[in-house]
Amino acid sequence: MIDRAIPLLYLAAAVSFILALMWLSAVATARRGVLVGVAGMALAVCGTLLRPEIVNYRWIAAAFVAGTVIGVPMAMMPMTAVPQRTALSHAFGALAAALVGTAEYYLRAPGIDRFTMGALSIEVLLGFLTFTASLMAFGKLQEVLPTRPITYRNQNVLNLSLFGLAAGAGAYLVVRPDTAWLFPLFIAMALLFGVLLILPIGGADMPTVISLLNSYAGLSAAAMGFVLNNKLLIIAGALDGSSGFILSVIMCRAMNRSFTNVLFGAFGQVQAGAASEPERRTARSATPEEAVDILRAASRVIVVPGYGMAVAQAQHKVRELYDALTKAGVDVKFAIHPVAGRMPGHMNVLLAEADIPYDKLMEMDDVNSEFSQTDVALVIGANDVTNPAARHDRGSPIYGMPILDVDKARTVMVVKRSMSPGFAGIDNELYYMDRTLMVFGDAKAVVGGIVKELAGAAG
Amino acid sequence: MSADLELGLYVFVLATFLGFQLIRRVSPLLHTPLMSLTNAISAIAVVGSILVAGEQKTELSTVLGTLAVACSMINIVGGYLITYRMLRMFRKSGKGGS
Repeated sequence: MIDRAIPLLYLAAAVSFILALMWLSAVATARRGVLVGVAGMALAVCGTLLRPEIVNYRWIAAAFVAGTVIGVPMAMMPMTAVPQRTALSHAFGALAAALVGTAEYYLRAPGIDRFTMGALSIEVLLGFLTFTASLMAFGKLQEVLPTRPITYRNQNVLNLSLFGLAAGAGAYLVVRPDTAWLFPLFIAMALLFGVLLILPIGGADMPTVISLLNSYAGLSAAAMGFVLNNKLLIIAGALDGSSGFILSVIMCRAMNRSFTNVLFGAFGQVQAGAASEPERRTARSATPEEAVDILRAASRVIVVPGYGMAVAQAQHKVRELYDALTKAGVDVKFAIHPVAGRMPGHMNVLLAEADIPYDKLMEMDDVNSEFSQTDVALVIGANDVTNPAARHDRGSPIYGMPILDVDKARTVMVVKRSMSPGFAGIDNELYYMDRTLMVFGDAKAVVGGIVKELAGAAG
Repeated sequence: MSADLELGLYVFVLATFLGFQLIRRVSPLLHTPLMSLTNAISAIAVVGSILVAGEQKTELSTVLGTLAVACSMINIVGGYLITYRMLRMFRKSGKGGS
């Protein structure tokens, strides 16, 4: 009786996941979306535990406890660490799928039918390569590994040949599933390819890569659904796969680049030739005190946050600045570029954490027309996404990338550590405009200084 | 092509299309919570993990399955919790912080 009801539980779980994503579309319903997602997962887990094939619960219970003990602290990480946390969780998700695939191979190996073995090969290949690729992405985001692209001669040829070999091994296993010696080799190639895939990718391309790994983790779960002939897994995996895919397309578009360029372009290498300037241009620098005078005279300010703000942990000082200016009657908005930060939407959660109302966070397409009526564009830790060269300089590596039109504001104020170029490794002509003031220093200290000065003058 | 494969492919293709439509409507404001939520949902791999761990067919499959259950559980617990935590931070202007 009970095992007849299990498919219905799975169906209810699939519907819950669809509702969860539907409700996540707007802030007002998003929390309800999470709750229905939890309910769906609970149904799926209970339905599975009730299946008659399960003969022993001791190991499952132990794994539940271990997973919870690790999962809870991972949910409590600060918002600045969310990109690396996300990369790490992609690694766990992919590893789970890969381990199940491995176990299934050894359980069914010689007698497995071709179709199931095909799905199993895809599950194991995607699972293991996503596992090591996500760990590499984690290492780069956590800065345990160098964030600059690591390149070597014939890199793309070597990587693609390795992938070809791995895929070939997978295909051979489909034809001859009894080739047991090949299976561990297949796993090893998938693991190695994951590492090599991420080596040449720089920090600024992480938003695309994280989204792509999200997609792969979902697809390996969907492949597991084909192996186990379970529609719930196929649906949930397909939803995750399409979500990651759409996010990576959005990220690529926001950088005017293709997938191939992100994965094989090694963007962000220091270009030795481009670094030497023919003429030395001068930028105007200003002290925080001068910045305060300009801000006080302004009536409309747009803040442009970037990864530098996250690195300096300056988001709470930025909130204080927002409060002080708003109190003084200044209209303050935030302009968010789609690839600002290290993962899609990173800036939004950082600013929301600092208690800045989300209706003040504007998307690029909505805010760009407003810069010309803005007194001060305050750029904090953003670089390439504000470079006007993207609009007119055909020779620039970032030509064609959609940017925030900060140069159209009456005054541009840039809070920056030094004149060093951004991740694209190119100079930003914004800094040399007559209307631009550079305020050098650590973002947290500079913004803190401005806030203090504003408060002192008010009191 | 077997009936199972055919049905599975239909489900996969239709779910992918549905996913495209649903995800396109998510505001960029919520792209980070979106990713942590889909990450939690893809921990549905827990279904296969529980089966492999609980069937206890061989020692190897039990060990691999148990590890897979633990990995999936990390993402279920961590993924839903952090998504909820993030969403609680989003507030409109004029309303007090939470």
